[in-house]
Amino acid sequence: MSTQNRYTVTPTVSVLAVMKARLAGATKGHSLLKKKADALNMRFRQILKKIVETKEEMGKVMKASFFSLAQARYATGDFKHTVFDSVDQATFKVKASQDNVAGVRLPKFEGVKEGADSKLGLIGLGTGGKQIQECRKSFMTAVDLLVELASLQTAFLTLDEAIKTTNRRVNALEHVVKPRLENTIAYIKGELDELEREEFFRLKKVQGNKKKHAEAAEALEAARAGHKGGAAAAPAARENEAANVLATELQDADIIF
Amino acid sequence: MAQQDQGSLLAMIVDADTATGLLLTGVGQVDLRKRANFLIVDDKTSQAKIEEAFKEFTTREDIAVVLINQVIAGMIRHLLDGYNKPVPAILEIPSKDAPYDPSQDSVLQRVRFMFGES
Repeated sequence: MSTQNRYTVTPTVSVLAVMKARLAGATKGHSLLKKKADALNMRFRQILKKIVETKEEMGKVMKASFFSLAQARYATGDFKHTVFDSVDQATFKVKASQDNVAGVRLPKFEGVKEGADSKLGLIGLGTGGKQIQECRKSFMTAVDLLVELASLQTAFLTLDEAIKTTNRRVNALEHVVKPRLENTIAYIKGELDELEREEFFRLKKVQGNKKKHAEAAEALEAARAGHKGGAAAAPAARENEAANVLATELQDADIIF
Repeated sequence: MAQQDQGSLLAMIVDADTATGLLLTGVGQVDLRKRANFLIVDDKTSQAKIEEAFKEFTTREDIAVVLINQVIAGMIRHLLDGYNKPVPAILEIPSKDAPYDPSQDSVLQRVRFMFGES
């Protein structure tokens, strides 16, 4: 039993009860946290898989979008400056909401289109408007996908952090708190046993002394009876007897009765 | 996020072609002070300017997602690797000239690392 890895407590029954309660609490907490970690991990795996899939899909969609952009440019000529100049207020925004997984809040994004399309819908009205609108649609899907991906990625980072914290807690409980409580309990139990043995020994000793005392008294009684019976018995014998009792009593210095 | 009710913006650090496509969808915003939520990068744009824009977009409160062309992301890779906040989310997107290469993506690298680890 190491003296370092335990709490410094007075070894009493009440403290033992407290420690046992704490150990029970730690065990319960440990199992709960472990469950939480499992739940988070499950979700994490799902998200990982989804991220990889979505990223690959994003690559394809972007490729298609760029192709339609090229088509539009072929039909219209270079219209990028028109686009840059007509930027005003954003009509496509991201709404953040929260998702809850085992007590961990995951931010979730959702693309929202608001307001009219203002000037953007009119670009290329003269020539190649159709192609530009096609290109626009294509990029819309791409942006939707990007927002979804952003949402996944944010969830990924948040979950990663949450899993690390949970694992740290699980490990702390398992490897620090629980052993320490167990050691403390073992220590208290050992001390209590020790006390018990001491007590037992003391009782035995007392019993032994009592017995001795009783025997001495009996002997004295017997001697007295003998003296009464034989009047001729020498007083010296009586004196001897008395001396003997005195001697035994002197021997047992710790007699208390 | 201060403007949560009205929704957040997407920011972009992209080349002209990607910008054209993305701006067509109506994600662009220029506010009253002429502060735009996108930076168009061409050959003449200095790295310092990109870094500055990246820092601005990641600290602005009304931005939820930052889109960066993968080529440009490669230029400021050190900033991206040091960045680990969940919001705004940094997304690397392919550009017209460079097809998407998953092996260079910071997040995908981490994903792969996790898969390898677990």
